[in-house]
Amino acid sequence: MAITREHELHKRRSGRNIGLAIVLVGFIGLVFGLTIAKVSGGSTLQAFDHTYRPSLDPDHVRFQQR
Amino acid sequence: MSDIRIDMTQADTGEAGFSDYVALLKPRVMSLVVFTALVGLLVAPGALHPVEALAAIIFIALGAGASGALNMWWDADIDQVMKRTSRRPIPAGKVAPQEAMALGVALSGIAVIMLWLATNALAGFLLAFTIFFYAVIYSMWLKRATPQNIVIGGAAGAFPPMIGWVAVTGSISLEACLMFMLIFMWTPPHFWALALFMKSDYHKARVPMLTVTHGRKATRAHILVYTLALFPFALAAGFTSIGGPLYLALALGLNLVFLQGAWAIWRRGEAQAEADAYAVEKRVFRFSLAYLFVHFGAILAEAALANFARYAEFAQHFKILEVF
Repeated sequence: MAITREHELHKRRSGRNIGLAIVLVGFIGLVFGLTIAKVSGGSTLQAFDHTYRPSLDPDHVRFQQR
Repeated sequence: MSDIRIDMTQADTGEAGFSDYVALLKPRVMSLVVFTALVGLLVAPGALHPVEALAAIIFIALGAGASGALNMWWDADIDQVMKRTSRRPIPAGKVAPQEAMALGVALSGIAVIMLWLATNALAGFLLAFTIFFYAVIYSMWLKRATPQNIVIGGAAGAFPPMIGWVAVTGSISLEACLMFMLIFMWTPPHFWALALFMKSDYHKARVPMLTVTHGRKATRAHILVYTLALFPFALAAGFTSIGGPLYLALALGLNLVFLQGAWAIWRRGEAQAEADAYAVEKRVFRFSLAYLFVHFGAILAEAALANFARYAEFAQHFKILEVF
């Protein structure tokens, strides 16, 4: 016999916790999916660190003109 | 043993279940928001990545839910007095008012920022404005101040298709405005038809509903006027890029039937309405639900039919208001 008594209140708390867990997992999944969609689409990304930047290239024609 | 049982029973009333928090978000209102926002998103020129579209719909719905929670927090005193709303989570004692407010504010922030990140800044701004409009302009100010509360408050419910459209295009266009006006002008006759046959206790809660402040005869006249004003907006949408012959035919028929119903409501008096248990008012109210659903369904159908070249070519003759 269990030393604690299961009450309706415990079921409600458990339901609330499971509900919140599902919401959080869903949110994480959605943000992950969005990240994949944004990265693979690329249209709205700044891509600041991942593209060729002439201003950092000493061999670029603009630097050679100076 | 009996002492423990008493304590547990008392604890029952103070702790909310998950469904109580869901109820705070007004899931029935959310379903209408999801449907109209989805139509706006699907018929807009251009396309979102499916995950972005799903995220946009979820966060628009979440924003609507958040404003519902804020509305329940602010209106807890009214909800407690009125029979229809007395079993909502706050008046029922399941959720504390401050908890509902915190949930509303937190979800509003999450919904707006996430919609912005998923789509664009204008869509995020419009969602933020909708929440502000419903929670502050409607709930805190107009609802208790003027019998025109339903008219202006209806704008909050009219924004979702526009937000769906803007999520794709990034700008507001004539089509988005006409979808907004369709819901905005539809809301007053829809709610006033309900107010005529629902013996509601708004007077007990001191909410100035038109039926209470101006009487039922004036309410009947208002229904007719707004149904008339709705007609041109519903038809005009048919001549834009979201319309077409199918939409126009349905819109014409639906608006004539709605107008005939509003005319019948206007012509009859209270004695006549009471004699047949508000049969006409109830019929018009039920019809108004179908009216909105079929209009947005027809807009969606036009977008689907545009895939058929011959229909698209024929439909092009009707799109005289198309600016793109």
